[in-house]
Amino acid sequence: MMPVQPSPVDQTLPQSVSPIMRTVDLSLYYQDFQAVKKASLSIFPETVTAVIGPSGCGKSSYLRCFNRMNDFTPGTKIDGQVFLHDQNIYAPDVDPVALRRNIGMVFQKPNPFPKSIYHNVAWGPKINGMAGDMRARVERALKKSALWDEVKDKLTQSGLSLSGGQQQRLCIARTIAMEPDVILMDEPCSALDPISTGRIEDLIFELKKKYSIVIVTHNMQQAARISDFTVFMYQGDIVEYGPTERIFTNPEKKQTEDYIRGKFG
Amino acid sequence: MKSMLNRELPVHVFLIASTLVSVVVTVAIVFVLLQESAVFFRHVSVWDYLFGTKWTPLFKPQHFGFLPLLCGTLLIAFGSAIVAIPLGVLTAMYLSEYASEKAQSILKPLLEILSGIPTVVYGYFALSFVTPLLKLVFPSTQVFNAASGAIVVGVMVLPMVASLSDDAMRSVPQSLRNAGYALGATKAEVSSSVVFPAALSGILASFVLALSRAIGETMAVTLAAGATPNLTLNPLESIQTMTAYIVQLSLGDTPHGTLEYQTLFVIGVTLFFITLFMNILSEFILQKFRQKYD
Amino acid sequence: MTEPSLEEKALRQNLRVRHKKEKAFKFLCMMASAFSLLFLFSLFYNVISNGWSYVSWDFLTHFPSRFPHKAGIQSAIWGSVWLMGLTASLAIPIGVAASIYLEEFAPKHPLIKMVEVNISNLAGVPSVVYGLLGLTIFVRVLGLGRSVLSGALTMSLLVLPVIIIASREALKTVPDSMRYAALALGATKWQMVRDHVLPASIPGIMTGVILAMSRAIGETAPLLIVGAVGFVPFNPRGPMDEAFTVMPIQIYNWASRPQEAFHELAATGIMVLLVVLLAMNSIAIYLRHRFQRKNL
Repeated sequence: MMPVQPSPVDQTLPQSVSPIMRTVDLSLYYQDFQAVKKASLSIFPETVTAVIGPSGCGKSSYLRCFNRMNDFTPGTKIDGQVFLHDQNIYAPDVDPVALRRNIGMVFQKPNPFPKSIYHNVAWGPKINGMAGDMRARVERALKKSALWDEVKDKLTQSGLSLSGGQQQRLCIARTIAMEPDVILMDEPCSALDPISTGRIEDLIFELKKKYSIVIVTHNMQQAARISDFTVFMYQGDIVEYGPTERIFTNPEKKQTEDYIRGKFG
Repeated sequence: MKSMLNRELPVHVFLIASTLVSVVVTVAIVFVLLQESAVFFRHVSVWDYLFGTKWTPLFKPQHFGFLPLLCGTLLIAFGSAIVAIPLGVLTAMYLSEYASEKAQSILKPLLEILSGIPTVVYGYFALSFVTPLLKLVFPSTQVFNAASGAIVVGVMVLPMVASLSDDAMRSVPQSLRNAGYALGATKAEVSSSVVFPAALSGILASFVLALSRAIGETMAVTLAAGATPNLTLNPLESIQTMTAYIVQLSLGDTPHGTLEYQTLFVIGVTLFFITLFMNILSEFILQKFRQKYD
Repeated sequence: MTEPSLEEKALRQNLRVRHKKEKAFKFLCMMASAFSLLFLFSLFYNVISNGWSYVSWDFLTHFPSRFPHKAGIQSAIWGSVWLMGLTASLAIPIGVAASIYLEEFAPKHPLIKMVEVNISNLAGVPSVVYGLLGLTIFVRVLGLGRSVLSGALTMSLLVLPVIIIASREALKTVPDSMRYAALALGATKWQMVRDHVLPASIPGIMTGVILAMSRAIGETAPLLIVGAVGFVPFNPRGPMDEAFTVMPIQIYNWASRPQEAFHELAATGIMVLLVVLLAMNSIAIYLRHRFQRKNL
């Protein structure tokens, strides 16, 4: 079974680029309920892939398979494979702790630790034994998340003292500090006001120059604005997947078209 | 309308009066304790009481320095903290982060049983099991010793530390743990570096409450730790706590109006204010350092 | 298969160490929890093995005596019964009434907040202080002497904060919708409480009361201060009876004697006390379940 490839008409990607992550016939079960049904997809390096679909379509559950966060929910079962750099992350000899160094996650509601801003960013690299000048690493990460100027004089203050938008950028900073290959984002802007949302979207645009990003969003305009590829899911199935421009201007499936036109969801 | 309210007047009076009982009790406690203490301090200086190193009110020459009793109480309190705090926190961590539903359903009732066992029973167990065991390991252990009392009091307050810390850790939102795991941390790292600091205010408050309870503990230490006021740091020696002294004196025949009788109340008022202070402190810790997760 | 780089080796080492720490930490937490189990087991084993030899009907029907083989705990049992009965009849109405006032009637006022803080502080006051209070007020000032009544009054004050706090929790679990429904029909607050809220919260209140009484039955120090003694070879005849003892005091009395035989008697007494406590707590749990199902 070949994973779904983007349309050959697509000009944003040279043909010889191999995907950084792939799912092959991935199915996820919560006890008896099948939340994800044989999903096959490729994530390409230094791109943004948006996953859209109505509530309950399984997009967040699908995302959590990418860094094995579903392992923490009891009663979940996985069928199929997920490849990171051609290695199946669900193989029995894979250490999930090591895996999550390479795949970062930003959550729907900002969840900074009740520690100082500095330690929020430094904690991940510290426990993972990442060498080098920690101060420089923290500064780099905060600069890349467009937060440095706002917090450089108050690194010792609690992360919880920041506004909602700043907290989310802090969460992005601590993820970047780990230097991951892939960043997963689960509706990162849905708890934020429009201005903060805009700033984070700009940030994502910058970040994709270095990282591969998979973002789940219920906001179609956001997907259209910032992503290179879009995946439309419905009731656990990947209905359609391809370059964003094509999906939004010329969708192949009627269901996709209906969703984009707001006929349901 | 009015007649209905008038008919309910006796009920309302009863309800309010019942509530006022609690206020009257506090006033009465303070009044009774302070009154007898005031008489005492006409004969003994506060300085001699607070800083004297000998407590011999029942022998001639009489000394009224309360440091030996304080020392005994603190030996027990801190000794019990050494037992209850690490074990209590680790038990709480097991309950909230690692234990299955089944394990929880066994451990929690077990802790409740431990905390429901009367203190005389703990005192008896200290005498008949803990002290002989201590003697095996440390031959210099006396028949009555502080360590034995401290150990059983520690187990007595352990359930309090465990259950309050467990509540505190449970109230840390799961999203914080998820953030930790997503950064590639192990469960131990998330539990100790993320959950524990986040729950710290509740955990610390439980320590203070447990200490306060240990200070007020009476029968276990009366049976196990002894009746010799002793200014010492050696837990293997016999000591006397403030509470045990009160019991000892009450068992005897001390006539009202004597200095010895008044020592009951002086020690009582000291105890009252120490535990009051600690209870207020634990409330303060809870309020001041509680993390608000929106 | 290329040779792992230095960096990769360091990474693998880091993971190995951390996973070891993870296992050790989990083991530590389990051991700490197992300690409580072990302690409880040793305690029961110690008590039962020491007290077994004196277990008999005679033990329950005899009175304390200078001779261990003739000694029994009857006076202590009846003393406890008298004491608990009187304490309950005093503390429960007052405690529940106070909790009703605070939960249903009291306005939001700083004075009320002070009363609430005061009650939770009273819950933490050492039991000996209550004993001293009882000694002064009930035994001396009110002239009740070292009687069962003095003891009961003292114990009532001791358990009062616990009953108030537990009853308030029970009242809190009654949904507001029930209150509004009654009020909307023109009921006064008291009618709402008496006919709706109180009946619904009785299981919770009973559980709290039984737990408070379980604590009271094991209390020793305040009663010693108020004047109960350890060698009472007859049952109390009335609340003003000045010679009474209770189970924990009898146990304490036997345990503090030098002879080994009395230590064993103490263990037997403990067994009786623990059985009583077990019965009380089982009733509490049964009531909680029974009424929870009834209310659904």
